[in-house]
Amino acid sequence: MADHLLEVRNLSVQFHTAGGIVKAVRDISWHLDRGETLAILGESGSGKSVSASAIMNLIDMPPGEITSGQILFEGRDLLTMPAGERRLVNGKRIAMIFQDPLGHLNPVYTVGWQLVETMRVHGSRKDEAERRALELLTRVGIPSPRDAMGKYPHQFSGGQRQRVMIAMALAMKPDIVIADEPTTALDVTVQAEVLALLDELQSETGMGLLLITHDLGVVAEVADRVVVMNAGEIVETGTPDAVYHNPQHPYTRKLIAAAPGRGEIHEPSGNGEPLLRVVGMTKSYGAFQALKHASFDLQPGETMAVVGESGSGKSTLARCLLRLEQADSGEALWKGRDLLSMPPKELFGLRRQIQMVFQDPTQSLNPRMSVYDLIAEAWMIHPEILPKNQWRERVNELLSQVGLLPEHARRYPHQFSGGQRQRIAIARALALQPELIVCDEAVSALDVSIQAQVIALLDKLRRELKIAFIFIAHDLPVVRDFADHVMVMKTGEIVELGTAREIFENPRQDYTRRLLAAGLDPDPEIQRKRSEERERLSA
Amino acid sequence: MTMTQTLEISNRADARPKGAIRTVLGMLWRDKFALAAAIFLLIIIACAVFGPMLFGDAALSQNLRSRNLPPFSIKNGWLYTMGADSLGRPLLPRVVVAARNTILIAAGAVLCSSVVGALLGLVAGYSSPRVSNVVMRLADVIMSFPSLLLAVIVLYMLSPSVGNLIIVLAITRIPVYLRTTRAEVLEIRQRMFVEAAQVMGASSRRIVFRHILPMVIPTLVTIATLDFAFVMLAESSLSFLGIGIQPPEITWGLMVSQGKQYLATAWWLAFWPGLAIILTTMSLNLLSNWMRIVLDPAQRWRLEIGGKSNG
Repeated sequence: MADHLLEVRNLSVQFHTAGGIVKAVRDISWHLDRGETLAILGESGSGKSVSASAIMNLIDMPPGEITSGQILFEGRDLLTMPAGERRLVNGKRIAMIFQDPLGHLNPVYTVGWQLVETMRVHGSRKDEAERRALELLTRVGIPSPRDAMGKYPHQFSGGQRQRVMIAMALAMKPDIVIADEPTTALDVTVQAEVLALLDELQSETGMGLLLITHDLGVVAEVADRVVVMNAGEIVETGTPDAVYHNPQHPYTRKLIAAAPGRGEIHEPSGNGEPLLRVVGMTKSYGAFQALKHASFDLQPGETMAVVGESGSGKSTLARCLLRLEQADSGEALWKGRDLLSMPPKELFGLRRQIQMVFQDPTQSLNPRMSVYDLIAEAWMIHPEILPKNQWRERVNELLSQVGLLPEHARRYPHQFSGGQRQRIAIARALALQPELIVCDEAVSALDVSIQAQVIALLDKLRRELKIAFIFIAHDLPVVRDFADHVMVMKTGEIVELGTAREIFENPRQDYTRRLLAAGLDPDPEIQRKRSEERERLSA
Repeated sequence: MTMTQTLEISNRADARPKGAIRTVLGMLWRDKFALAAAIFLLIIIACAVFGPMLFGDAALSQNLRSRNLPPFSIKNGWLYTMGADSLGRPLLPRVVVAARNTILIAAGAVLCSSVVGALLGLVAGYSSPRVSNVVMRLADVIMSFPSLLLAVIVLYMLSPSVGNLIIVLAITRIPVYLRTTRAEVLEIRQRMFVEAAQVMGASSRRIVFRHILPMVIPTLVTIATLDFAFVMLAESSLSFLGIGIQPPEITWGLMVSQGKQYLATAWWLAFWPGLAIILTTMSLNLLSNWMRIVLDPAQRWRLEIGGKSNG
């Protein structure tokens, strides 16, 4: 029994809330051995992070309560350990890496100071701590580590910050590192690098790595074993290969089926007069060129996917098209009229033809308006669309069209889940009967199975209403079964533009190939081939 | 986790679409502090409306035999239960009568300054940087001027009436609302739902009043209730300088400042009007706290489900 490094036995945690008792996890057991990577896979609300929080003593009690179970670390129960001893374990023996490194690094201290401080609170001497901090920064691959010691967190990119966090976690040579969604906020190429680093460090130090993730691809890339969680319970355990190829539980099957990039690739059908023709659109912020001479055509009813890493200018493109930002030069001809130089009055009339769905529905819906008000606002602004006595009926119709119920109209955004909120945002866009919807990372913040549902919904709307889409994403597999054309962007430039089939099956540019190789496939076998391909490309 | 919880609650809320007034009263009933505050404020308003009519004469009738009469004795009649002031006037009717002037001045000044301040703040926050700068410098000018000095100058030129007093006090308090509103607007205008409204073609006016203002109002209401007490005391210092409300007119602030010199010998002179000021401010504060929760759809369930709230 005591031969496992860390063992969670029959753990149950519940939270007392105003709505009654919520059981976050029920009777879960798993273990982690030295030198092993265990992935806990689950969607939001599945309780995947709760056991890690219990290990690190991060559950607020009350309202949280651990009702049963043990957490054995080297045979000793962490839950009954005195607080003083437990502090010695946390941080020193068990370290944690968080999803959002910017939120977990103190912005007013230099990275070097914070690293040294971590070691000093655990009793290292100053000069020794400094030496080790430098060594760690070098090891995690921060360029010119000596200068980096004196820099502040905001001066690093997202991937580098995550490397700093990893260095910090490794500072005390822990036996276990818990990584909670360590790569979710990162670009695909950076994600692959960070995962590779974690993998290397693990084999070097022989630590146990507990990886909490929602991404089957991450599991396929690094995990030795995987625990699948749903609604607070463990539904399946096994090696990634076994779980992927031979899933036992219906939930696991559903999760695997929802992984994007499995369906048929679309063939663009339309040719003729383009709905939108963008020619040489350029935008710069000061000396920084965010968008360089972007040009493309969009046919009515077609979908153009825009793919690129953060900072590639894809959002700037959308914002300029919608006149949320003023483009510096170029033109965007909408049915022959230039959107970019249009006077406000004319633009107002066109607003209803081009709509946008934003990345985060939590922020794009006014929290103080009911769903009815949110949707009906479109007709308040453009009263010519619909007479007032039909509003209620039309709201109900739109809600059922996006898969919600008419009685949801009275509720407020916070009463819905993320996926439902995005449906509301889509219903709002549809209220204006647009001919083009720009989706800015519209599904990136959603769980995999929800993502699949929303994409299916968009696909249905496209077929039924013949709406054209500009679909911005940082993830290639997501756009594979949805897009007609794909546009790959890098540092403000369009690197490659072609039909979906051309891009996915026969990419011409190295950058596109690298993006494709960096994407993580849920199938462990395919993923192994990808990793090899990636190494070949980087070599 | 929170999802299931909120959905359950909203189901219950959906199940009984009652009249708006009944819902509001129900929510008030669930917050006993707010309920007490609301009742107290109703009493104060009743005092302000009917007080001078009922006790106008009693409040001014001097009786030198009962100078500085201590409270809690009913020898001289129930009007004297709070004691009497240095001229032997009974304190209870005086506090009741003073409610009118006090509430009129405080409410008037707070209302004027918050409305004007909020509007200017919205303009400063949402319009071009140039307009914003002009408005902000204007606020700086008001702020850099000692408010008492400003009041002295203005009231020296104009006659010290209730109306002028309201204007002077309102002007000196405008920057508080202006700066707060502007700061909030600057943050809220960056939020995505504002952008979403722009994409739909919403006019600036619609964005400001329909999307931004409702988010700012809870903060403004909280400041306004705190400001209420400040204005009441500021008014009394003006009276002290001889440019505010003049005897025989009375306000709570004036009563406090008049009673200050007797604090060692006859504490009740300043105590009762002071208590009235404190209780009024506290009630307003409790009520505004309750209102903040009612106005926020994400918080409203705390009052809808009843029982203990774990806030």
